[in-house]
Amino acid sequence: MISKLRRSYDERWYAWAMIAPVVLVLGVIVVYPLVQGLYYSLTDINEANMGRTIGVNHIPASFTFVGLDNYIDVLSGADGEFYARLTWTLTWTVACVALHYSLGLGLAMLLNRPMRMSGLYRVLLVVPWAVPVFVSAFAWRLMLNKDNGVINAVLEGVGIGGVDWLGQPTTAKLAVIMVNVWVGVPFVMVALLGGLQAIPKEQYEAAALDGATAWQRFRHVTLPGLRPVSSTVVLLGIIWTFNQFGVIYLVTEGGPFGSSELLVTYAYKLGFANVRDYAMAATYGTIILSMLLVIATAYRRTLDRRQEAAA
Amino acid sequence: MSTLTPTTRDTAPANAEAAAPRAAAKRPKAWGHRSRGASIALHATLICASLIAVFPVVWVALTSLKPDDHWQRTGDFSGLSLDNYTKVLGDSSFTTWFLNSAVVSVGTTVVGVFISASAGYAVSRLRFPGHRALMWTFLVTQMFPVAVLIVPVYTILTKLHMTNTYGALILVNCTVAVPFCAWMLKGYFDTIPREIDEAGRVDGLTPFGTFWRLVLPLAKPGLAVTGFYTFLTAWAEIAFARTLMSDDAHYTLPVGMGTWIGQFKSEWGMMTAASVLITLPAAALFFFVQRHLVSGLTAGSTKS
Repeated sequence: MISKLRRSYDERWYAWAMIAPVVLVLGVIVVYPLVQGLYYSLTDINEANMGRTIGVNHIPASFTFVGLDNYIDVLSGADGEFYARLTWTLTWTVACVALHYSLGLGLAMLLNRPMRMSGLYRVLLVVPWAVPVFVSAFAWRLMLNKDNGVINAVLEGVGIGGVDWLGQPTTAKLAVIMVNVWVGVPFVMVALLGGLQAIPKEQYEAAALDGATAWQRFRHVTLPGLRPVSSTVVLLGIIWTFNQFGVIYLVTEGGPFGSSELLVTYAYKLGFANVRDYAMAATYGTIILSMLLVIATAYRRTLDRRQEAAA
Repeated sequence: MSTLTPTTRDTAPANAEAAAPRAAAKRPKAWGHRSRGASIALHATLICASLIAVFPVVWVALTSLKPDDHWQRTGDFSGLSLDNYTKVLGDSSFTTWFLNSAVVSVGTTVVGVFISASAGYAVSRLRFPGHRALMWTFLVTQMFPVAVLIVPVYTILTKLHMTNTYGALILVNCTVAVPFCAWMLKGYFDTIPREIDEAGRVDGLTPFGTFWRLVLPLAKPGLAVTGFYTFLTAWAEIAFARTLMSDDAHYTLPVGMGTWIGQFKSEWGMMTAASVLITLPAAALFFFVQRHLVSGLTAGSTKS
């Protein structure tokens, strides 16, 4: 009894020791800045008034506490950007996650069949994942170039005529979604392929014996079997896509006329544009965080409820 | 008390080798036959998809071989040469940047995988107050936009006198990759039978000893995938590297190349060559771990 107690006590210390490095690193580099960000969002801090030391001269900080003014400014629509950015961010997230998931699942199911060269296909299909995002973005900009891009060359070749992809809001939005889908499908595909391989073959055999059609097998064996993987992949997908910075920033820089600017890239611009408005950037950051928290919690709840209903 | 000695490390690979064939033996078998037409459709779809996946990369590689400003001539493949590569490699900074990137990425991979594995193991096996909250916190850290964290992080690292050091960049890159890796590895450790841990305890190993000597070697596929993910994250990171490394000698490859865009406005040719050179190490690593990708990524999360 005593030894058992001691062991659980020891175990606790070991556990804490083993998570300490992660907690320390995340604490210093994420949590502390995050708390500071929360505080900044309640002030009017910017580049000019944040205080700094130039050589021997120390300029004291002179920003003031403004309460919820920034939030009121943003949420009332007074800053003129928030709701436009929000609508586009939501459209972008839904479109990208839906395409990632459906294409990823489709390809995973094809790859999961016994066939020749499946190893080769798998390697080729994962290539976009292995390419650094800024290289992918650069490659696509090269291909989407209005006058010299290969895509327009092909379109002109078949007589449709070139499109100024990155020069018009609608086509620019289509283009960034296309690029992001290209970048993101391999991860989902690989994750779901792993999930598919873990579904016991007996379940399919039993279903086939019962005379289930292909669709019924998919609906009642594949999808439920994938649920644990799917839920993680979709949740991470939502968070990553919502906060996707690289693709937008590198392909369109938010343009044209700010039309493809997501909440994240807009927040970045606020913090790093001509007048560095740290307070507003932090406000946007906080709003993004709260929205993702709500979405993630709601998603989790729904899953739990559905799981209970199924059990 | 601690069993972490050099001799214990040597015994580790032996266990892993024993486990590897078992994982490989689990391959899908056919549960139905398909007609010739279905086979053709299957291959046709996959060939199309593969072409789409590979084309942009191939296109950049092809363009990089075109001389001068021939990148503007889409269909013209005359006079291919390695000129762009000699130009890029001739730039003395390129080697420096490449080495910087290598140090940072390898450093991030080693540190990141180690700390996420240890945290993942603790959450998977040891019961302690707050182990549920910890996983949730990992997820939350992914929600605050990195772009907004840059300024406060810069301030903190300046206070710690860590700007322009590899350590700073390694730490920062870890925070980006670790939460996801810890999640993934926790899932992977969940699939490793607990009996192995108990056997370790009986032999008098500490929890850390069990983790290091018995469980880690069995988790190789999971470690390969997280390592790959961490390496790629660090290799391609720009936002922090640009802010934290302010002098030329400390630039990482992507940041250094970014300076070319300003310098030579129309040097897309050089950019394509540099892109290929940047992609090569990532691609090499990818071919090395790709066998493990499928099993490593989800072996854990499917078992609930």
